[in-house]
Amino acid sequence: MTMSEFILITGRTARQGAALHKGKGSGEYRQATGFVEMSLADMERLGIEEGQLVRVRTAFGEAELELREGDLPEGMIFVPMGPAANALIGVETRGTGMPDSKGLEAEVEPL
Amino acid sequence: MRIENVVCPFCGCLCDDIVVEVEGNRVTAVKKVCSSGRSLFVNAHTGAASPTVDGKEVEWPEAIDAAARILTDSASPLIYGLSSTASEAQRKAIALADLLGASIDSTSSVCHGPTTIGIQSQGEPTCTLGEVKHRADLVIFWGCNPAEAHQRHFARYSVSARGKLTPQGRKDRTVVVVDVRPTRSSRSADIFLQPRPGCDYEVLTALRALLKGETPDITDVGGVGVAQLADLVERMKGCRFGVIFFGMGVTQTGGKYLNITELLALVAELNDHTRFTAMPMRGHGNVAGADCTLTWQTGYPFAINFARGYPQYNPGEFTAVDMLARQEADAALIIASDPVAHFPRQAAQRLSQIPTIVLDPEMNLTAREAKVVLPTAIYGVSAAGTAYRMDNVPLPLKKVVDSPQPTDEQVLDWMIERVKT
Repeated sequence: MTMSEFILITGRTARQGAALHKGKGSGEYRQATGFVEMSLADMERLGIEEGQLVRVRTAFGEAELELREGDLPEGMIFVPMGPAANALIGVETRGTGMPDSKGLEAEVEPL
Repeated sequence: MRIENVVCPFCGCLCDDIVVEVEGNRVTAVKKVCSSGRSLFVNAHTGAASPTVDGKEVEWPEAIDAAARILTDSASPLIYGLSSTASEAQRKAIALADLLGASIDSTSSVCHGPTTIGIQSQGEPTCTLGEVKHRADLVIFWGCNPAEAHQRHFARYSVSARGKLTPQGRKDRTVVVVDVRPTRSSRSADIFLQPRPGCDYEVLTALRALLKGETPDITDVGGVGVAQLADLVERMKGCRFGVIFFGMGVTQTGGKYLNITELLALVAELNDHTRFTAMPMRGHGNVAGADCTLTWQTGYPFAINFARGYPQYNPGEFTAVDMLARQEADAALIIASDPVAHFPRQAAQRLSQIPTIVLDPEMNLTAREAKVVLPTAIYGVSAAGTAYRMDNVPLPLKKVVDSPQPTDEQVLDWMIERVKT
């Protein structure tokens, strides 16, 4: 399948915040952090549907995630903060202590 | 039993109007709370848990011995976390770092650390959340999404809260959201500006230019129309009391602290026209307290090293992600945080290669890989203590249920005594 280029944003969600305290081994936490959101326009362009598994890859790592439709601009994907997002973020902090957790270049490959 | 005016310790809002009902030492109902806070109270463990060393349950003295041995054998220990514990425990953690010659860093470094660096170079035109509630008529949320991350911020402090000069709440305020994507917060705003990712610095610079009366010879900055920015500047100059709340959208993107210095410079310059303030949306319940306590104990807010016998400050060198990724930390003490769940994988992996000690009420992902696990009480639920709200106002956390577990403060005290001998 073809790869497609995106800008990756990671961040907190209300569901991730609530699932934290149910235990990070819980199904709820995995569900709250194990997906990637993409605009409907991009999903149609790639010919992929909600619920499908995709591989998201950055210069630092990759993760297989369930695809969900999100209210996002075209060319942007969102992954909630958690173990899957960690695999996609590098350790360079440019002298600040803070990794680049938003605005990363990423590729999406339908599986 | 019904306990009123409980402070929820989950996020930097520290909502202090929570009602908790307790029966038989269990929280049975929580009222006025958001979904994240409710989950914290109702899932709080109140049962006994034993410390473990190498996965085996041991008595407390044996666990403290093992932890102290790891720390004294280490040439470069890292103490990290602090943002979900009370300031009383933060003090002890700093004393232990001083004793060991360790590095000490809080979760600020992967949150608002760049904000702190920005404040150190630019200054901080600030206020309390009470002033926002009573005075603010222009409220701007830049790169943050309180509807998901600080769910009661709108109602208690910033948007629908009714104050002395804002008696009609929402109707008395203009709400602006600046974000690269539509969010639950942007959908409730009067004005939504959507720059391209990584363009916050350019947009802030354009606002400063417009405020100085410059007329840019372009129509668009970072994906936002100059006419929209000119409109925003007029609203900023014309408001009675303005505030910009800002979040990870500006601290975690390219430029990091430079975005913050630009934002703070804009706010400082707006004070030539009206009263204008800025405030970081602090995430964890006592992350602001970690900055405050570290600062009054050492002079610095995060990224501190005691190897020379006095505190040195250097973000990028003594910050946790860097110390782990460069394999400079050879032992770690993690207090009230879960770096394995939230650090870039290459930094998190280092924690399973070195002896790690975890103090936490929960068996989190870091604890599962740790050599020594010390289960403690939960500040704000099963232990009392002090936490600082996102506007740096300290509030007393209540104990609503009993815990058989010791507090972080108690355990750190035992470790200090053991290390000394």
